[in-house]
Amino acid sequence: MTVPQGNRATHALDHRDSAWYADFAARVLVFAGGVSAIVFLLGILAFIATEGIDFALNRLDWADFFGSSAWRPTAKPPTYGALALIVGTGTVTALAMIVSVPFSLGAAVYIGEFAKGRRREWLKVLIELLAAVPSVVWGFIGLQVLSPWIVDIFQPESGVGINALNAGLILGLMSAPIMTTIAEDALKSVPESYREAAEALGATRWQVVWRVVLPHARPGLSAAVLLGIGRAFGETMAVLMASGHSIRIPESVFDPVRTITATIAAELGETANGSDHYQALFVLGVLLFLITFAVNFTADLIVRGRRKSR
Amino acid sequence: MTTPQSNFLATAREQQALTVQKLVAILALFMTLVLVVPVLLILGVLAVEGWPAMTAGFFTEFPRNSMRAGGIFPALVGTLWLVAGSLLLAVPLGVAAAIYLNEYARDNWLTRTIQTAIVNLAGVPSIVHALFGVGAFVHFMKFGASILAASCTLAVMTLPVVIVATRESLQSVPVSFRAACWSMGATRWQTIWHVVLPNSGSGILTGIILAVCRCVGETAPIMFTGAAVMISVLPESVFDKTMVLSLHLYNITTQISGVPRELPFAVALALILVVLALNSVAIGFRMYLRRRKKW
Repeated sequence: MTVPQGNRATHALDHRDSAWYADFAARVLVFAGGVSAIVFLLGILAFIATEGIDFALNRLDWADFFGSSAWRPTAKPPTYGALALIVGTGTVTALAMIVSVPFSLGAAVYIGEFAKGRRREWLKVLIELLAAVPSVVWGFIGLQVLSPWIVDIFQPESGVGINALNAGLILGLMSAPIMTTIAEDALKSVPESYREAAEALGATRWQVVWRVVLPHARPGLSAAVLLGIGRAFGETMAVLMASGHSIRIPESVFDPVRTITATIAAELGETANGSDHYQALFVLGVLLFLITFAVNFTADLIVRGRRKSR
Repeated sequence: MTTPQSNFLATAREQQALTVQKLVAILALFMTLVLVVPVLLILGVLAVEGWPAMTAGFFTEFPRNSMRAGGIFPALVGTLWLVAGSLLLAVPLGVAAAIYLNEYARDNWLTRTIQTAIVNLAGVPSIVHALFGVGAFVHFMKFGASILAASCTLAVMTLPVVIVATRESLQSVPVSFRAACWSMGATRWQTIWHVVLPNSGSGILTGIILAVCRCVGETAPIMFTGAAVMISVLPESVFDKTMVLSLHLYNITTQISGVPRELPFAVALALILVVLALNSVAIGFRMYLRRRKKW
């Protein structure tokens, strides 16, 4: 059987010249780049998990890990109780959220709904610059500027200004830009026609925002808050420098605390490669990875679910 | 009987609503200012405290007296090495990923998984990146603690920044441009290379600047993968360790005693000025592009 002539003619367009090979090579390379994000994300989990798995499965007392606050990896015998670190991380994150959630959402409402023209552009630029300040500079500010202020204003009994409150305030400012930006995006995605309809009924700007825009943007706003939590939770240098770095369960906001991230940063340099202590730090890393992954993944699902429902 | 005009006067309730609106606007403005004023405040404090130490020699000299005096020259050079190294790795990969997502990918499970992976990669804590760098590049690939290992670690970290910015600029090129090129018989790659990329170049550049910013400021990922506390020579190859500006600030602030007060302030000021200048350029670029856009 012969191939019909017409068919061969269309195939002639498809001949394999250098442009075809270039196109094919580009397709392969670009695809490799495309999946690299997945490869790296899985690679991160795989590498930090394998570095710590021997210790985690064979020698780590999990009840102690989650139930005791005795983190003494260099004592004899060493104890690995991470409770104080987990509580410390939770405390500074919670303080940060108390500071930054209301202010970020307020700023998003102002920038998105009230501000106009040039003032709006300037505020957006400033928020972006706030996001650009490096975390080590934030830590430095906490240590050298905020700490004396806290001592002056609150006069804590310890007389020290680097504590949970300091780290919480710094983290709050650090996680505010991402929350403001995402929250403003969420407000922007509410259709203009909804606002116009409400305004046509005689609602004031605030009534429109409160009754129409905010309820409609709620999923996006919660995603913004979750991303802010993820940011605060995983922050390292600022809490390493500003939190006071003392392993205990805090009783007041003026107690120094220590976070999971700061523990890894402070101790990894002193451990021997492959030792129990080294592996314990990787176990902490896996814990951090899983928590931030859960938070970010939930935020992503919320945003995506909303997009689909449109 | 009421006069016609009185129908158009605001009732007490409406007036109350207007007052509430005004108060809320003021409150929201106040909240915004609470967030943005600290940036200016920080800049001011750093400038006032750090300025005395910012002499010409500060940028061109090596640290002296165990980093208690002298300049930041080797840290600046080291930061440049790391920025260059991580850009060389992250930009081609990130641009390729963005091209795949925007030009080739269909809306299927793989594409959605990639997007989720990008969002989550951007959210991985920097100290976890550090652990990954130690496990993967320093030990597994046997790079040792070196500029190479640190650059790889930073590249993985900045990858999402490059992908997201590049994708945005690819998206802004109208489909009609591509269709016109395809109808001339060009392959997909020829279209991307000759039409799409030239029209999104400045957007990609914005993304690169933001990635540079991220690299300059990051501290945790390089602490254990290639940064050294104090080295008296400049790095000569990618297998050397190096001093880095961000870690230098951490060290002279917390690890070394007897450092004169203005020195760390000057280092912090230098760091923040570099980052803010880069960001301002990126922002200015974006505004210029938006205004100039022909389509």
